[in-house]
Amino acid sequence: MASLITCPHCGVRPKEEFSIRGDAVPVRPAPNASDETWNRYVFVRDNPKGVIREYWHHVSGCRRYLVVERDNVSHAVLSVTDATVAGRAGQKEGVR
Amino acid sequence: MRYSALEIVRQAFSGNRNWKPAWREPQPKPHYDVIIVGGGGHGLATAYYLAKEFGITNVAVLEKGYLGSGNIGRNTTIIRSNYMLEGNEPFYEFSMKLWEGLEQDFNYNAMVSQRGIVNLFHSDGQRDAYARRGNAMKMHGVEAALLDREGVRKMMPYLNFDHARFPILGGLYQKRAGTARHDAVAWGYGRGADMRGVDIIQQCEVNGIRRDESGLVTGVETSKGFIGCNRLALATAGHTSVTGKMAGLDLPIETHVLQAFVSEGLKPVIHNVITYGAGHFYISQSDKGGLVFGADIDYYSSYAQRGNLATVEHTIEEGVSLIPGLSRARVLRAWGGVMDMSMDGSPIIDKTPIANLYLNCGWCYGGFKATPASGFCFAHLIAKDEPHYTARLLRLDRFERGLAIDEGGKGPQPNLH
Repeated sequence: MASLITCPHCGVRPKEEFSIRGDAVPVRPAPNASDETWNRYVFVRDNPKGVIREYWHHVSGCRRYLVVERDNVSHAVLSVTDATVAGRAGQKEGVR
Repeated sequence: MRYSALEIVRQAFSGNRNWKPAWREPQPKPHYDVIIVGGGGHGLATAYYLAKEFGITNVAVLEKGYLGSGNIGRNTTIIRSNYMLEGNEPFYEFSMKLWEGLEQDFNYNAMVSQRGIVNLFHSDGQRDAYARRGNAMKMHGVEAALLDREGVRKMMPYLNFDHARFPILGGLYQKRAGTARHDAVAWGYGRGADMRGVDIIQQCEVNGIRRDESGLVTGVETSKGFIGCNRLALATAGHTSVTGKMAGLDLPIETHVLQAFVSEGLKPVIHNVITYGAGHFYISQSDKGGLVFGADIDYYSSYAQRGNLATVEHTIEEGVSLIPGLSRARVLRAWGGVMDMSMDGSPIIDKTPIANLYLNCGWCYGGFKATPASGFCFAHLIAKDEPHYTARLLRLDRFERGLAIDEGGKGPQPNLH
């Protein structure tokens, strides 16, 4: 169960300290990107069954945005990364 | 076999040995005119209305578990039509009207009970919002009344009126709303569809959608082999993204788990349906005596039909805050169902970019009350290839066209709807 989240800054914390923002895969397009690109970013979700990446905001802790990698069937938490670090890693790998 | 008082007497004389099963258990035929994926409330209602209203009977409903094993058997059974926006209110009122005649229509006791719903408000701003909603209902021809504090107290003296933070100031009352026996709705629709020749195929999971070179759907790959069809309809609720992906659809859906609870059986105490305006808590009492209640979703994406303990605590805290006496009741059962949360909190009943593939999804956690109208409108769409008037705004492309139907004004944040 996703009851405990290991925050990279605060350690093991109960999940009630976090606010869940949603899917961490879509990346905000450039302001002048096409309507279709913006539509996909704002409204379309891959919503896979299995391993997903979500933004969790540690509102009652360090207030950092984290990327939590979870299995949404077993509720197991696989990894927790600071969103900035995850974002840089994504850019390096060329992930969308 | 038609159910009636006379039939009960007749069967009693033969020792109740001659009752027939309510539906057959057929093997799939190689090809159908229409295949509906998902044997829940909406899928079965669609099959029923396809056969009854539109004369299309060469239909199969494919269900991966058993009939009604998904959200139709996992909800808090509330039926109502107290919406505000043009895209929603006429549709849900159409559903309410179908509920009112449902049991006679499908000859099954769905225990529809129009006991009324009261949406409580706790601040002046909330009163204004509910007055506005009530007025919108009236403008759509739906009866609504704004109760003051004493009006609510007369109906529900057991509420915590003098809550220090959220005193009850009144409520929006829809008298025609109420509850229905959720499983019986699935059984009634299933039986009615089966009687008219629809094949309900249980334990038959769809693993793929086969398409020809032009992109049209030719059939589905299932755990019972390939089944061909002319038209394919998806009514797969929380698994909409999974089945949609089989046809390459990009959908504005996120899947979340919602929990519901029932207490031990108590003597009649809660005579209506109540929603708590300060939280997101709703409660009614079943005819068996159990208090049926629920609150928010668990907020994180989940395909597991079970929830988190923190949400249990949150729900019961809300309940006790509203009804202090609730602290004395014991919870008998809790369960979770997976919801197809849409980006504006409103559903989708529409064609897709694939000409013979139809989509019914995005019910968030309001799908139960919509079951009759959802089935009727989806059947209309499949049969005539054009939307039913009341569902014409529930389009798949409304997001990109800027025509979202966001009842709560929460924006494209599915876990908040």
